[in-house]
Amino acid sequence: MLYLKDIKKTFVQPDGSPLPVLDVPEFRVAAGEQIGMVGRSGCGKTTLLHVIAGISRPDSGKVRIDDWDITLMPEAERDRFRAERIGYVFQTFNLLAAFTALENVLLSMRFARGRPDKNRARHLLNRVGLSHRMTHRPEQLSVGEQQRVAVARALANKPQLLLADEPTANVDAGHQQQILDLIRDTCHEENVALIIVTHSNEVASQFARVDRLEEINLVTPGVIAPAEDAKG
Amino acid sequence: MSLWKVAWRSIRQRSLVSTLTVLSMALGVALVVGVLVVYGVVYQSFHRGGEGYDLIIGAKGGREQLVLNTVFYLSQPIGNIPYSFYEELTEGKYAADVETAVPVCMGHTYSGFRVIGTVPEMFSELKYRGDRSYEFTAGRNFKADQPFEAVVGATAAARASLKIGDTFQAVHGGSEGGQVHKETFTVVGVLAPTSTPVDRALFVNMQGFYDIHAAEDESTEPEKAEKGHEKHQEHAHHDHDRDKQITAVLVCVRENPPGRADVVAKRINDGRVAQAVVPARVIADLFEGVVGKLQWILLGMAVLTVVEAGIGIMVSIYNSMSDRRHEIAIMRALGASRWTVMVIILMESILLSLLGGALGLLVGHGVTWLCSPKIAEWTGVVVGLLQFQWIELVLVPGLVVLASAVGFLPAMSAYRTDVAKSLITTP
Repeated sequence: MLYLKDIKKTFVQPDGSPLPVLDVPEFRVAAGEQIGMVGRSGCGKTTLLHVIAGISRPDSGKVRIDDWDITLMPEAERDRFRAERIGYVFQTFNLLAAFTALENVLLSMRFARGRPDKNRARHLLNRVGLSHRMTHRPEQLSVGEQQRVAVARALANKPQLLLADEPTANVDAGHQQQILDLIRDTCHEENVALIIVTHSNEVASQFARVDRLEEINLVTPGVIAPAEDAKG
Repeated sequence: MSLWKVAWRSIRQRSLVSTLTVLSMALGVALVVGVLVVYGVVYQSFHRGGEGYDLIIGAKGGREQLVLNTVFYLSQPIGNIPYSFYEELTEGKYAADVETAVPVCMGHTYSGFRVIGTVPEMFSELKYRGDRSYEFTAGRNFKADQPFEAVVGATAAARASLKIGDTFQAVHGGSEGGQVHKETFTVVGVLAPTSTPVDRALFVNMQGFYDIHAAEDESTEPEKAEKGHEKHQEHAHHDHDRDKQITAVLVCVRENPPGRADVVAKRINDGRVAQAVVPARVIADLFEGVVGKLQWILLGMAVLTVVEAGIGIMVSIYNSMSDRRHEIAIMRALGASRWTVMVIILMESILLSLLGGALGLLVGHGVTWLCSPKIAEWTGVVVGLLQFQWIELVLVPGLVVLASAVGFLPAMSAYRTDVAKSLITTP
């Protein structure tokens, strides 16, 4: 379902010197497969997810999702493709503060298809246990609730692939497993392929397939720019 | 969920800044409305006065002064013309062309309002504001055979507290310090408001006007001989019947053939006794020459205020962009295209402008409506709450164009947002 070939990505540092971040010769994910991806801070995890999602364009290489190579798509088409086929759960949830939980889910549908499906949005929020919090804005929700809204939003457009970037990192220990189970179970129900990036071996150990980024990415870890380092 | 709703939520998210921005725009638009309303009031005040007759005939001199004095009761009369000229209009060589001729004599005041000597046909034959007939809220028109009867304009009656049966004594000249004539006029009619200068004047039988001067002349003959004749040039008077004079004549010419007024005016102007002017033309020239230019200057300043408010919107949205890059990056990551986020920002700008515009229209018309009693009192023009000028229709598309222009810079900033970089930045 997902196939990466010879992906290379280099940033330019403030002094103008190049900073290689990714060099991934090959990476595959099957449809509905769930992968735990572990790696040290600064090894390029977030950048890899951005490249897979089409948020960043690699300097070279192919990112194929089914029959489409998103590296060949113009930006507008890539945006549309991402909205329709890829879900993204951010470490910091990234809910839109001006909108309610329900609206955050609906907005994702609006950007993908132009016509939101309220029934599905409500169904997803029910599924993540937020039927009583649909009209609450992010600031009125607990951290765990915010992350659950983020999961519902990521699944809103029935994606083929869900990318989750440290989804439990900002959630208290009591809710970490709950969130993880929620993501995995929902993806399983909807037959969505899942890549969860984590630095936690405890989280990764729950997956049948665990990939270490250091083994996929040939770039020496720990030399990525501070902003990347903080996240990736 | 529409993009308009997304834009609206973003505006509400920054409620304080948005409110101040809207108020700033509202102030600018209210100023534009104010200028337009004032212009409309002045325009109507100017043009209504000269409607109802085709020509004004008076002493030779400045045509503007003749119109200002005869129509608006401003300035001083140029001089007088012989009563016999009026007779030429009604019975003499111009009679075939003239349908109605109404003489007016000036030179007296009461409580600051002009006292005009005229004939009953002033209100029975002449029309105002097109084809409206004069009406009386109380009493009746004065009678030709009752020399000391008077009719009072609506504003003058209210301000000078004159009602039917009240009497007043005309004051010689245009100021309060002038000589008070001992003859008294009795109010027999109060005119309904006309929204013309007639509202602010008192009208007496012209015969009474002559009579008070006859009495004055007899009592002050030696003094007059000393001071000379020039003091009396500013008002109508008569020495003896053969010396009867009038200040001006308001003339309606017969309808056919078309252009008859110009022909009559030319014949009179070619003579040596009087001049004839078409009041509508002189008023239009006066208006364009003085008020018209001023209106454009005021309107220009008000539009600059709106543009300044528009720049305020740009600054407001542009300043918020640094805080909103993360939010925009999230939208982009969710699949919103660059164009979509650009359109959302433009919509914000348009919404702020339209809100400010709507509030400005409301405030502008509301304030002028609240002031309408005073405006009506001063000018005779009634300003309604929903009395819009056609040019205000340009305001709405104008504001949308302005908003799109000022929103373009922040919209481009949103368009260029680096998603990957902005997603990493902590909000």
